[in-house]
Amino acid sequence: MDDYNRDISTQAPLQNVAQWMKKNLFATPLNTIISLSVICLLLSALGPFIQWLFIDSTWEGNASDCREASGACWAFIREKYQFILFGFYPRDLLWRPILSLILFISFIWWSKEPKRWNRRLLWRWVKLILLIALLMRGGVLGIEYVSVDQWGGLPLTLLLSFFGLLFSYPLGILLALSRTGDLPLIRFLSVTYIELIRGVPMISLLFMASVMFPLFMPDGVSFPKLLRAQLAIIMFMSAYMAEVVRGGLMAIDRGQYEAADALGLNYWQKQIKVILPQALKIVIPPTVNTTIGMFKDTSLVVIIALSDLLMTTKTALKDASWLGFSVEAYLFAAVIYFVFCFSMSRYSNRLEEEFSFGVKS
Amino acid sequence: MSKNIIEIQELNKWYDDFHVLKDISLNVSQGEKIVICGPSGSGKSTLIRCLNHLEEHQKGLIKINGIKLDNNIKNLQKVRENVGMVFQHFNLFAHLTILENLTLAPMCVRKQPKQSAEKFALELLERVAIAEHAYKYPGQLSGGQKQRVAIARSLCMQPQVMLFDEPTSALDPEMVKEVLDVMVDLAKEGMTMICVTHEMGFARQVADRVIFMDEGQIVEQAAPDDFFSNPQHERSREFLSQILH
Repeated sequence: MDDYNRDISTQAPLQNVAQWMKKNLFATPLNTIISLSVICLLLSALGPFIQWLFIDSTWEGNASDCREASGACWAFIREKYQFILFGFYPRDLLWRPILSLILFISFIWWSKEPKRWNRRLLWRWVKLILLIALLMRGGVLGIEYVSVDQWGGLPLTLLLSFFGLLFSYPLGILLALSRTGDLPLIRFLSVTYIELIRGVPMISLLFMASVMFPLFMPDGVSFPKLLRAQLAIIMFMSAYMAEVVRGGLMAIDRGQYEAADALGLNYWQKQIKVILPQALKIVIPPTVNTTIGMFKDTSLVVIIALSDLLMTTKTALKDASWLGFSVEAYLFAAVIYFVFCFSMSRYSNRLEEEFSFGVKS
Repeated sequence: MSKNIIEIQELNKWYDDFHVLKDISLNVSQGEKIVICGPSGSGKSTLIRCLNHLEEHQKGLIKINGIKLDNNIKNLQKVRENVGMVFQHFNLFAHLTILENLTLAPMCVRKQPKQSAEKFALELLERVAIAEHAYKYPGQLSGGQKQRVAIARSLCMQPQVMLFDEPTSALDPEMVKEVLDVMVDLAKEGMTMICVTHEMGFARQVADRVIFMDEGQIVEQAAPDDFFSNPQHERSREFLSQILH
């Protein structure tokens, strides 16, 4: 497909489209009939949706304006988007989470090039995280304090997912190495951990973290709810990551281990320099799959009353003066989730190409 | 006779119930070239894989350069640093360039600085006539080229002994010679070599001793001329008649 596009890219763009359609849509009579009927079907389904979405929709005004129109009520989103995105964060301080989001996303963008992956980048990330924590929480340097309980919406979802991935990926690698290693006790512990965690729903783990965890703590020691949820997510995600990484380890030819052994590399040198770079590359697709799944599963923290993006959406719907616009609200939240998940998916393709080691797959 | 660099005494190995190596005793002196041949399943690959402990033996003694091979990790490490191995399937590290394949062990194990490791690696690549591919990945080379890289990779550690485990068996016929040429050169330089191979031309040309194994035992060992022209044992004769046509 790519090659084909490259071949004809020198011609006029319109001609490209015509050629492509002729080749792929209308090559034979049967082909043409199928193409036309699928196009008709799509148009008949999409037509009313687009009508609802853009043409009959209300962009300004209040709830009664919306009720008069037959289309979507975007005025509702205009009214509520700040709350959906940032939850109960104090209104007059919203510039702080907004700035944090911008910093975070632009830094992710900057870090996506594998050629920038070095120790300096790691330090920059540490500094960025401290800066974001300062911005979000405040309390020092004359920045007004905002309690963690007031954080919500998109920053919370991103925070849970980011730290979830940050800790569960290396933890998963260690678990996978333990499970495939030679030491019986370590292997047993790793298998037990993975199977136990995978055997329970994440909701129950979150619940335990929130309700039972404090019971085991000595008096006076208490973790904030957010931290407990974060720990539960890391525990859960690392068990899944471990199995993903194990799949990669199993796929590595025994000869790679033997060659590394024969050269005199010790265990960690062998794993870090030879085995893991190859194994982790193989499992990029399932790794991203798990990450996307976890990104969406962070919405389960609602059960311990943390207001992530989905929870703020639900809360916005409860406003008595704006009842009945749930489709619009959920569509808005879905689009945000989709943007993040789709970017991750695209990025994983990009990484796979980057690490093809001179071999076309 | 110069000193023995490898001493094997009454080596025994089992895979579960299967007795693969039976009372193997063998001494190899410095600079000696040995070719091990025998039918498949005779234990010849297992024997040389025991020499750098890729396979564990259950009974008997192996000493390399005076160091006893057992489960002592330190000793094992020391032995492996000094024993190079070339595999049938090359086993190059697919995610590293040719040059990185060569410099990995010197930098990790011997803690050589990158610059000198690369300089030496490029010299070796020159020697195996592959320097122009230094910055390619293994996936971009032919089988013969890969095997020459694998030899150079072992030589990077400046080993005292080189083990070859059927180095030409996985190659297309037209690539066998380029690999054997490199091995012949290496032999001429005085490297101690133990080769499991069926390349009888190579055995005639460089081997000091040919060892014939069958069913886990050393059946016969002799200088190549004697072995090929006048094999002593029935089993050796049979084997030779099968491979020499």
